Amino acid sequence: MCLAVPMELVEIKDNIGVARMGEVGIEVHLGLLGDVKLGDYLIVHAGFAIQKLDKEAAEETLTLLNELLEEAE
Amino acid sequence: MKYIDEYREDRTIRKLIHKISEGLKHYNNEIVLMEICGTHTMSIFRSGLQRLFPAEISLLSGPGCPVCVTPNAYLDKAIAYSKLQDTIIVTFGDIFRVPGSSSSLEKENAKDSDIRIVYSPLDAVKTAEKNPDKNIIFLAVGFETTAPLIALSIRIAKRRNLKNYSVFCGHKLIPPAIKGLIQDKEINIDGFILPGHVSTIIGTQPYQFISNDHHIPSVVTGFEPLDIVQGVYILISQIVNHETPKVQIQYTRSVKEKGNSKALDLIKEVFQATNAQWRGLQSIHKSGLKIRKTYRQFDAEEKIEVEVEETKENNNCICGDILRGIKNPLNCKLFRTICSPENPIGACMVSSEGTCAAYYKYADIGRDDE
Ligand code: SF4
Repeated sequence: MCLAVPMELVEIKDNIGVARMGEVGIEVHLGLLGDVKLGDYLIVHAGFAIQKLDKEAAEETLTLLNELLEEAE
Repeated sequence: MKYIDEYREDRTIRKLIHKISEGLKHYNNEIVLMEICGTHTMSIFRSGLQRLFPAEISLLSGPGCPVCVTPNAYLDKAIAYSKLQDTIIVTFGDIFRVPGSSSSLEKENAKDSDIRIVYSPLDAVKTAEKNPDKNIIFLAVGFETTAPLIALSIRIAKRRNLKNYSVFCGHKLIPPAIKGLIQDKEINIDGFILPGHVSTIIGTQPYQFISNDHHIPSVVTGFEPLDIVQGVYILISQIVNHETPKVQIQYTRSVKEKGNSKALDLIKEVFQATNAQWRGLQSIHKSGLKIRKTYRQFDAEEKIEVEVEETKENNNCICGDILRGIKNPLNCKLFRTICSPENPIGACMVSSEGTCAAYYKYADIGRDDE
């Protein structure tokens, strides 16, 4: 039930958007989020976007990890 | 694909696991971690992480598969509803095949019942609009991730004045279940891997009791292999360095301390907490949701009376003990012999997030050392 993958928002019409992962596009309800714009990545659950992916936080996670692992070498 | 591939990078995963092993060098005790969420369980098995972690770490699967923790009594009532005249049952796919005391929705559908599987609760509302002369009952089974969606479907039904839409609410809440597990004397857990999407909705505040009252570390974790390894790294660091236990967030790209306030408001508007039965964990104080009085015209249990058969458990199925983390599927006599995804005896074999289903599918690359 949990689609654990982020999908890119490629269309918005009122409260409904189309989110895409690779070739697959699905309709998502945007009513649980505040502002969204095209190009945002969404966390989708049962047809609803439940969060907008925080791109900065995503980068930061990887940077911290790489630093940690470099330190080890 | 972006935001996926980076978190599946094999070399980084192996390096980080190596670092975890190094950290454990001077630590002589076994460490038992529990992942609450069924999607974590699946990801761990699919990526073979179980085999890569050092032997000192045991990973247990917890009660985080919504269909698995739904007790027979709920299934029996859903089956009873499905036999009523002029009734359409609408449900997510997973629960369709789960056996109740003597039947399943799948079996009833093959007879006279009309049971429809949908992807989104909004499809259930649409079904109600298209079939004004039928009663539509949506089987709401899930955790905090699904609850706001159900709440929204009820609000939409109210706005559209749909009199034939109702919800049979079996929703459950994760933090009280964790409390139940901690208080269970048979279970000893050193750290919790908390669910990423439940926490996307509720944030981290509801978990503070885990560290404040019980001094157990926990970490909200994402679903890719690297997320999970980093989550384990965070827990191991807290444990090995004897840090003051705390709730940390690994999955920062989706989870904020305060959660999703719009979703939380919706849950609060439509539902209130109630005591609930969990398969394996029995009744847990305020661990479920029920529909508030203001929306009672959408509550199937308030609106529609039905006679339900006496609930029976299948004594050979140890799904309940597996959900508490005290047994695993290999301890079940029926596993692979009689019980399989084609012929599931218990809920844990039906759901794609169920532990028995995960073992069945991936056992040879999973816990082959047991
Ligand atoms: S293998 Fe089947 S019968 Fe055994 S515990 Fe799992 S679901 Fe129950």
